[in-house]
Amino acid sequence: MAQPQTIPAPITAFTSRRRRQLAVALAVALALALLPLAVADVFVMNILVLTILFASLSQSWNILGGYCGQISLGHAVYFGIGAYVTVALFVDFGILPWFGMLAGAAIAVVLALALGYPCFRLAGHYYTIATIVIAEAALLLVANAEWTGGAVGLQLPFAPDSWATLQFGRTKLPYYYLALGLAVATWIVSWVIEDTRAGYWWRAVNSDIAAAQSLGVNVFRSKMAASAVSAFFTAVAGGVYAFFVSYIDPTSVMSFHISLLISLPAVLGGIGTLWGPALGAIVLIPMGELTRSYFGGTGLGTNLIVYGVLVMAISLLRPQGLVSLVHLFVPRRA
Amino acid sequence: MTAQIVLQVLLSGLLMGLIYALVASGLALIFGLMDVVNFAHGDFLMVAMYALFVLVAMSGADPLLLAPVVTLVLFAFGAAIYLGIVRFAMRVQTNRGMVQVFTTFGLGLLLQGLAQTIFTPDYRSVDGGIVAGKSVALGGIILPMPHVVGALISLAAFGLIWLLINRTDLGKALEATREDADAVALVGIDRNRVFAIGWGLGSALVGLSASILATFFYIFPGVGNSFVLIAFVTVALGGFGSVYGALAAGVLIGLIEAMTALLVAPSLKMLGVFAVYLAVVTFRPRGLFGSM
Repeated sequence: MAQPQTIPAPITAFTSRRRRQLAVALAVALALALLPLAVADVFVMNILVLTILFASLSQSWNILGGYCGQISLGHAVYFGIGAYVTVALFVDFGILPWFGMLAGAAIAVVLALALGYPCFRLAGHYYTIATIVIAEAALLLVANAEWTGGAVGLQLPFAPDSWATLQFGRTKLPYYYLALGLAVATWIVSWVIEDTRAGYWWRAVNSDIAAAQSLGVNVFRSKMAASAVSAFFTAVAGGVYAFFVSYIDPTSVMSFHISLLISLPAVLGGIGTLWGPALGAIVLIPMGELTRSYFGGTGLGTNLIVYGVLVMAISLLRPQGLVSLVHLFVPRRA
Repeated sequence: MTAQIVLQVLLSGLLMGLIYALVASGLALIFGLMDVVNFAHGDFLMVAMYALFVLVAMSGADPLLLAPVVTLVLFAFGAAIYLGIVRFAMRVQTNRGMVQVFTTFGLGLLLQGLAQTIFTPDYRSVDGGIVAGKSVALGGIILPMPHVVGALISLAAFGLIWLLINRTDLGKALEATREDADAVALVGIDRNRVFAIGWGLGSALVGLSASILATFFYIFPGVGNSFVLIAFVTVALGGFGSVYGALAAGVLIGLIEAMTALLVAPSLKMLGVFAVYLAVVTFRPRGLFGSM
């Protein structure tokens, strides 16, 4: 009797589901590209840039925290390195930020691998705590270093508007497109990862380390690779952010608050999902900015309360994130 | 640098280290019992300090006299948090790692926000009471009284934990649940009750350490953040879940912090602690006394 033959499905399948994801993304990107035509207000523009930038950051965080399941609460390290290296290279050596960002990202990748060596042998909570401690140590080092300007920080010199130096005095619009470009890039990287061998390995590490290992997945190397990709894009976004705000100091780019803002959108929107980080950022960042501008001066802890309740509610009631609510309205197709 | 300065620094470090150990003990106890890290640990400390602040303001009594009250209040608070929130976080099936981190983490944010709304972000302090402003002189070495008393209370508390775990039925139930939380049902131990008591005890220790800290430290909504990091490092160094490991690690951290401040720079004192932490994690991931 002949054994029934099963033909293994190809690893990368351009299924209709994947095609649809791409079509939706294209439509969203186009709509976002046209959005500034309808927005003139500087305050709104500011919020839009931050929202898209943190959507991109959380998408990068999600590559390690979501797909690979390594919850980092110290991504401010990579963000801060991207910001400081890009600004310092420009201020001290006149190196254009485009190259500075790549340099910052390269350093972040090297650091991620160096730190991954001890940290990725720690499981679960132990890893999360290590990331918090490392970020805090980095904050201390940066605040006491010479090339970073210490606690005073670094200020970009005034320069004429130019795409080469990413300096735009009067308008936020170029930064909007810069952030959008980065968000599209991190989305596409996530989309590609979801259907590559590495992506499947990373998710296997997330769901069951022992099972993954027994099937021949190299757990340690998977974590290192996911961490490197995640650190790279986080640092690039750090560089964009630094030029957007044109002044950086240790607490504004490397404090725990930044790590929080990078991780929370993915957690809220849906950890390990393609659209979760963006959805989470759309909810979280404008809300944070608005509560800060309306209640910030009053000293009330309104945004902390809102963040706290939201995070607890999602964790307990909808651990799949807000994105899972979308399927209540849009039926899931094959 | 004379021997006297070194001795002075080492003794101060030792006292502070014993207090750090007490701050971390509750975290270690809860982790050891049920493998859950309370990411709101620092905010529990903040809640306890404000509880003391309110009690002192209402009664005018000495903060150290009110310490048992705060300890009891925190016991109830911790048990309630377990029964009302953490219990449900442990039942979640999807994204378990994320849920366990972010449930307590969100709780911490909420508590900080509430404190900021109720008490404003202003720095407060309680009248240190009988220990305030006093110091002990030992042959030229001067030690502040609040630190000395705090260190002694910490040692006494660790003694009590030892008695509780080794000499009482509750201690046996805690140990049994820690070893196999599913099997204890067979001998009639209600696991949920033990966990609730565990959270109560862990939080009670937070209440006690908060009462000590409040005699020489400011109270503000973010005060927990300054101590929770040290508590995490203490627990990771000592070996997660090992209460006595936390005692040894706390002392070690107090000493390293004091020596780094003396030899390198006071502003970098935590860097020495972080460096030792990273070294230990690299070469001994389970911590100094962890048995995992």
